[in-house]
Amino acid sequence: MFLINCPYCGERDQSEFVSGGEAHIARPKQPTELNDDQWAEYLFMRKNIKGIQFERWNHAHGCRKWFNVARDTSNDKIEKIYKMGEQPPKL
Amino acid sequence: MSKNLRINNKQFVDETRKLSFIFNGKKLYGYKGDTLASALLSNDIHLVGRSFKYHRPRGIMTSGSEEPNAILQIGNDDALTDPNVRATEIELYDGLICNSQNCWPSVKFDIGGINNFLSPLLPAGFYYKTFMWPASFWEKYEYFIRKSAGLGKSPTKQDPDMYDHRYMHCDILIVGGGVSGLIAAKIASDDNKKVLLLEDKELLGGSLIYDDNDISKIDNQKSSEWLKKLIENIKNDKNIIIKTRTSLAAYHNYNFLLARQNLTDHLSVNDRNNKIRQRLYKIRAKKVIISTGAIERPQVFHNNDRPGIMLASAVKKYIDYYGVRCGLENVIFTNNDSAYETALSLHKSGTKLNAIIDIRDNSSSEIVNKVKSLGIQIYWNHTVVNTKGYKRINKITIMKLNDKGNDVVGKKIELNCDCLAISGGWTPMVHLFTQSGGKLKFDNKDNIFVPDKTNLNQLSIGSAKGDFELDDVLKNSIKDTKKFLQIENSNFDKIDVKCSKEKEKKNIWLLPSDKPLSKTKPFLDYQNDSTAKDIKLALREGFKSIEHVKRYTTTGMGTDQGKLANMHALGIVADTTNTNMGDLGTTTFRPPYTPLTFGTIVGRNVGQFFDIFRKTPMHEWHVENNAKFENVGQWKRAWYYPKDGETMHDAVQRESKAARESSGILDASTLGKIDIQGTDANEFLNRVYTNAWSKLQIGKCRYGLMLNEDGMVYDDGVTTKLGENHYLMTTTTGGAANVMSKLEDYLQTEWPELDVFLTSVTDHYATASVCGPNAKKIINKIFKDLDLSDESFPHMSFKEVKLGNINCRIMRISFTGELSYEINVEASYGKYIWEKCIEAGKEFNITPYGTETMHLLRAEKGFIIVGQDTDGTMTPVDLQMDWIISKKKYDFIGKRSLYRSDTIREDRKQLVGLLTDDPNEILEEGAQIVKDENKKPVDMLGHVTSSYFSPTLKKSIALAVLKEGKRLKGQKLLVPMIDKTIKVTVSDTIFLDKENERING
Ligand SMILES: [Zn+2]
Repeated sequence: MFLINCPYCGERDQSEFVSGGEAHIARPKQPTELNDDQWAEYLFMRKNIKGIQFERWNHAHGCRKWFNVARDTSNDKIEKIYKMGEQPPKL
Repeated sequence: MSKNLRINNKQFVDETRKLSFIFNGKKLYGYKGDTLASALLSNDIHLVGRSFKYHRPRGIMTSGSEEPNAILQIGNDDALTDPNVRATEIELYDGLICNSQNCWPSVKFDIGGINNFLSPLLPAGFYYKTFMWPASFWEKYEYFIRKSAGLGKSPTKQDPDMYDHRYMHCDILIVGGGVSGLIAAKIASDDNKKVLLLEDKELLGGSLIYDDNDISKIDNQKSSEWLKKLIENIKNDKNIIIKTRTSLAAYHNYNFLLARQNLTDHLSVNDRNNKIRQRLYKIRAKKVIISTGAIERPQVFHNNDRPGIMLASAVKKYIDYYGVRCGLENVIFTNNDSAYETALSLHKSGTKLNAIIDIRDNSSSEIVNKVKSLGIQIYWNHTVVNTKGYKRINKITIMKLNDKGNDVVGKKIELNCDCLAISGGWTPMVHLFTQSGGKLKFDNKDNIFVPDKTNLNQLSIGSAKGDFELDDVLKNSIKDTKKFLQIENSNFDKIDVKCSKEKEKKNIWLLPSDKPLSKTKPFLDYQNDSTAKDIKLALREGFKSIEHVKRYTTTGMGTDQGKLANMHALGIVADTTNTNMGDLGTTTFRPPYTPLTFGTIVGRNVGQFFDIFRKTPMHEWHVENNAKFENVGQWKRAWYYPKDGETMHDAVQRESKAARESSGILDASTLGKIDIQGTDANEFLNRVYTNAWSKLQIGKCRYGLMLNEDGMVYDDGVTTKLGENHYLMTTTTGGAANVMSKLEDYLQTEWPELDVFLTSVTDHYATASVCGPNAKKIINKIFKDLDLSDESFPHMSFKEVKLGNINCRIMRISFTGELSYEINVEASYGKYIWEKCIEAGKEFNITPYGTETMHLLRAEKGFIIVGQDTDGTMTPVDLQMDWIISKKKYDFIGKRSLYRSDTIREDRKQLVGLLTDDPNEILEEGAQIVKDENKKPVDMLGHVTSSYFSPTLKKSIALAVLKEGKRLKGQKLLVPMIDKTIKVTVSDTIFLDKENERING
């Protein structure tokens, strides 16, 4: 059970949060310009890596804010938490 | 029993409080302070069960949670009985009833015991090899195996006990209240830390508290006396919360731990009434100190499992703590100095010790010298090669070891004994450390795995980290705790510790016998009956990974998770394969450390508290009017209102007829409601719905369909424009929370530039929906000044009016196809407005209808229900709802996916209507649709999603998803059922009022 440091509320139990999958996959601004493969890349393709993974989390049972988390999937250690719109840290 | 097994020991057992208990039908006595095991032993009972596979007689072996044999069924009540309880852990209470497990028909005469003689036929992997192939054999054997094996009986009735959960937070959590844990607690408290100290026994102090030798001294006091003062000090310490009878069950990441406290299991059954039985603590600790101690290892030799063979430390504890002798003719068999403490305890209590057998050549430590000086016979460099006695050990045979320690030499010596105290050294309890993700390293000196690397803020101290001698335990615990807590000085810095120091060490994982290995039974895992032979067999058959060897031989897979056996299994694998034990790694220990009962896990979340349920403001009215309810998400929704013993079918027919012919009323309060405000609210709606919203005027309503980004229908509902930049969106009942989250997600992460605010107002409003040809008259009776003319208040429009002081939002929208008004009021007026409608509608036979009738009415009109007629694989085109997809909008959620190669396939499953050839035949929802029954395999073309008998049309109607359905209108198809095949014809999805005329009453 993680302890997640919500950037708006502080440390809270994992049960207050939901995970939103991989971060930094922006919705294409002009979907109609994309061919099927390009659209599928956005729609379906997600990484599943061992090591530092950037992912979205939502404080669903708290402030309801979305934010980004850099988590080491090999030991679940959260290396960094940063707000939506910010660039992923270099780790 | 005439044997005098009790010695005078008033310290921990209260001999003034005699308790009676029943073991296998026989009434026996013990004292307050006894465990069930010590009470049994004081009655000279060792034999308590049969082993799992060979049904060999087994006795109490330990004094703690590592007990593999003394696993009993407690209680004889169908609701309260508890299987797999370790006799060594349960405190004796008056009236305790217990029975042996694994015995059929009885512990003394056991049919399964024949397996013991068949054991050459029951090697490792026997179950896999024999019963899993061919698979059909398993069914035949299973009954007999289950009956003769068995691991206790589950209670068959509901658990009447109460369980509780509690959260706790602390600076320092200390697991284990032995001497090292107590010292750490004191150091932390002196540094002003909030300490939580857990101890699984009823008393603090661990094994040092009953230590009774004259060699160990702390600050020149007897070590146990010194410890008692420390405990008194800690009990009065405000910074330290102590939870006894509390065992740690699981150690999760981020220092989140679960601990179970026993609150009533030690009380007599009558004293337990209305008390919480167990409490589960959910602990979040800033730092964790593991001081769980070590457990003694047995030795592995031929016939090492007879009742009366016990761990040396257990024999010592039964004497020094419980005042119980485990035998009158004792022999000790050891490879280390610690068993000599048992020798001293036996001697001091006047209990006969016939001999000590030590596999070492000699030992010159202070404690061994003391035992030598007492004149006790010690056989150096000897091993036990066999034991005798079926239900209780009565003899052992010993022989001299050769130089290499891999064979025996010389002649056999027989010794009498009714209790053999064995010690193979000590294993640190690293289970919690590994559970938490910590990595172990191998210590070649003591042949143990000790904690190494961890990602968590934790520390292992005392024998849990591999310190076994008192001076090491104390000094290293003090030093390591100070470093862990970043403290310069402590009150223990000048501590003076004296103890015996072990100098000679020797370890043989599998002791040799005069017989070949194949003719012997050297047990490793007592509970699962696996022997050293099984390990060797697994290796011969090609298993290499220790995890595979474990599963194949089932070593370490019992309820004790092989706490005793794992090290020997590893050692034998290492020796056989010429590998370093450290390179083999260990098997994984998984939570819970000791078994938890389900009651503890679920706590209070049972019965009506299993899940929350939501009630509408009109709920009580529905209850009073005999409604049956259905669960929709967490909501309780009125399903139908049976009258005078009506069946659901009868009630639904009556309700729907009334709604079509005069008027009906539905509680629609559960629909999700989202208040949308902001200057970009209209643009936002354009992006989330498939249709266009730009031209919607204030006071008008519009139906919208929402897709997922993959183009599949996600939710639908009507949205009303309340004002410039202000909308009220409704969603499906079940989808409300998900829609809200999804919209928030887009707003926060994809479109942060939009000025839009979302507020969930589902619970803030109650909704009464009045429909039918007489709906207008009823509404007019309530809202006399409201102009209900079609010109002023047309279909799909909205008015805000007052009824007294109550603000009413009325939408003229329809999900039934009838003229229909939805009145929304603040939730607290919900029941009032509902009753107002009922009263006004009385003369028009206004009929409350539930969700079932609602489903029928909308199906007659071909309106979909998201989640019933769709399943996450249906596009709007599949639903024949092309009309709702805006051609003009550049983008909306899911638009691009609507022309992916897969979504434009013509042969997708599409929504159609189905009519049965026999109009009275009602299809089953979920039934498959086929064209040709005879062609095998049968092509499944689709399935029925909604099906009803329409009283208005006087025939059965259904909606279905069907491959290429759009093209198949008029086609005859088949719906095969278990007892018949139903003929159907594909139809339009709208069955009633295709021209939409009823909408105007
Ligand atoms: Zn938050």
